[in-house]
Amino acid sequence: MQLEANKICFGYNRKESYLLNNISLTFKEGEKVAIVGPSGYGKSTLAKLLSGYLAPVKGRVLLDGKPLNPKGVCPVQLIYQHPEKAINPRFRMRQVLEEAKGLDLTILKKIGIEEEWLTRFPRELSGGELQRFCVARALLPEARFLIADEMSTMLDVITQAGLWNVVLEEVKRRNMGLIVITHNMHLATQVCDRIIDISAINGF
Amino acid sequence: MNRRQKLLILTILITLIIVCTYLAGICISEEAIAVDFTNAKLKPSLHHLFGTDWLGRDLFARTMKGLSISITVGVVASAISAIIAVLIGIASAASSKVIDSIINWVIDLVMGVPHLILIILISFACGRGLKGLLIGIAVTHWTSLARLIRAEVLGLRTEHYIAVSRKLGKSNGFILIHHILPHMIPQFIVGLVLMFPHAILHEASVSFLGYGLSPEQPAIGIILSESMKYLSSGMWWLAFFPGLTLVSIVFLFDRLGDNLKSLIDPYSAQE
Repeated sequence: MQLEANKICFGYNRKESYLLNNISLTFKEGEKVAIVGPSGYGKSTLAKLLSGYLAPVKGRVLLDGKPLNPKGVCPVQLIYQHPEKAINPRFRMRQVLEEAKGLDLTILKKIGIEEEWLTRFPRELSGGELQRFCVARALLPEARFLIADEMSTMLDVITQAGLWNVVLEEVKRRNMGLIVITHNMHLATQVCDRIIDISAINGF
Repeated sequence: MNRRQKLLILTILITLIIVCTYLAGICISEEAIAVDFTNAKLKPSLHHLFGTDWLGRDLFARTMKGLSISITVGVVASAISAIIAVLIGIASAASSKVIDSIINWVIDLVMGVPHLILIILISFACGRGLKGLLIGIAVTHWTSLARLIRAEVLGLRTEHYIAVSRKLGKSNGFILIHHILPHMIPQFIVGLVLMFPHAILHEASVSFLGYGLSPEQPAIGIILSESMKYLSSGMWWLAFFPGLTLVSIVFLFDRLGDNLKSLIDPYSAQE
């Protein structure tokens, strides 16, 4: 399987010039790629475009040569940088996990989710604890590509390392593609095989 | 005892008073409000708490019966109205722009015409009586709650967790039932309770004007309108007590709505 951005352009304000201009990228199954760059250069926007949360103004995002299907489970799952916004505040954590149908429940223990958290509401958990739920939820069986947008920024260093170990192990086991969006060059070199600087590919 | 517990007790107390008034009205027999010329035109006393009218009917019993009718009209009409509001509010926010503007236009239209006139017209067209009044009140009171719910749903739709839910393969129906409707429950309940006073007052005023309930029913509006003829002869109690109790019930409903609002509202929930 391969995820491809085919000459995509995107701008939030149509009158001004594009934020992302004519970007072409290809990600293969089993590949771990980091996208780095300064703030405000459109890294998160690119992540949303690749996972189908936003539609490009020009160009197409293709999965195996076909556009992403807006219905059904999306094979490209995005882990957002703000977990508290990605979870319904009225759901109990068990319901949050039930939304991802067919989730392999053994991953909960590996990722460090405790049994008693399942009956709590999101506001009764910390940001880092919530992020583990978001990661677990994104690892549903249909997922082929995982996009981690500043996934571990709000965690302490030890928890970060633990979370990345689980994600890398799972990605390797299932031969998924991993796209890491980060400011942290150390993380990028440690985790990924290939590093893309967004300022270098934008606008050509 | 903290403020929240006080509010809770007050709310339960108000609910109890309203329920008791309703049940008392239902339990009073027809004999208690029968005509009795030997007791006509009596002033308020221990035996006749609110006095009697020119036909010797006990005014306290009539008032209680009237209040119970008012409460029925208020509850049923507001419930129908609130359900209409939720359906229309969600339909407006979730469907295309054309439907949204049509619904907004209808809301403006219904809001633009004075309620009283609209209720009189609708209740007249539907054959007056209890049925006409209920329909009239139900189809005029949903507008502001529908607006509120439309705005809430529009805000909710942009939430990230709804986009995530869609990417996890959930249908629009699932999102509506599990993500959107639960967020509407506080607005629905508070909107519903705050609609009661309006509905009750409209029922009384339309009946007072003679377009609502039929004259043989002891509704508050009817009692007040009949009393007008006898006020000049010094029978002040005919209008005073029924009017006072009506205002008290309306006030109680209003307090109930406000209390529920602060009980449900997450910003004061921790107090």
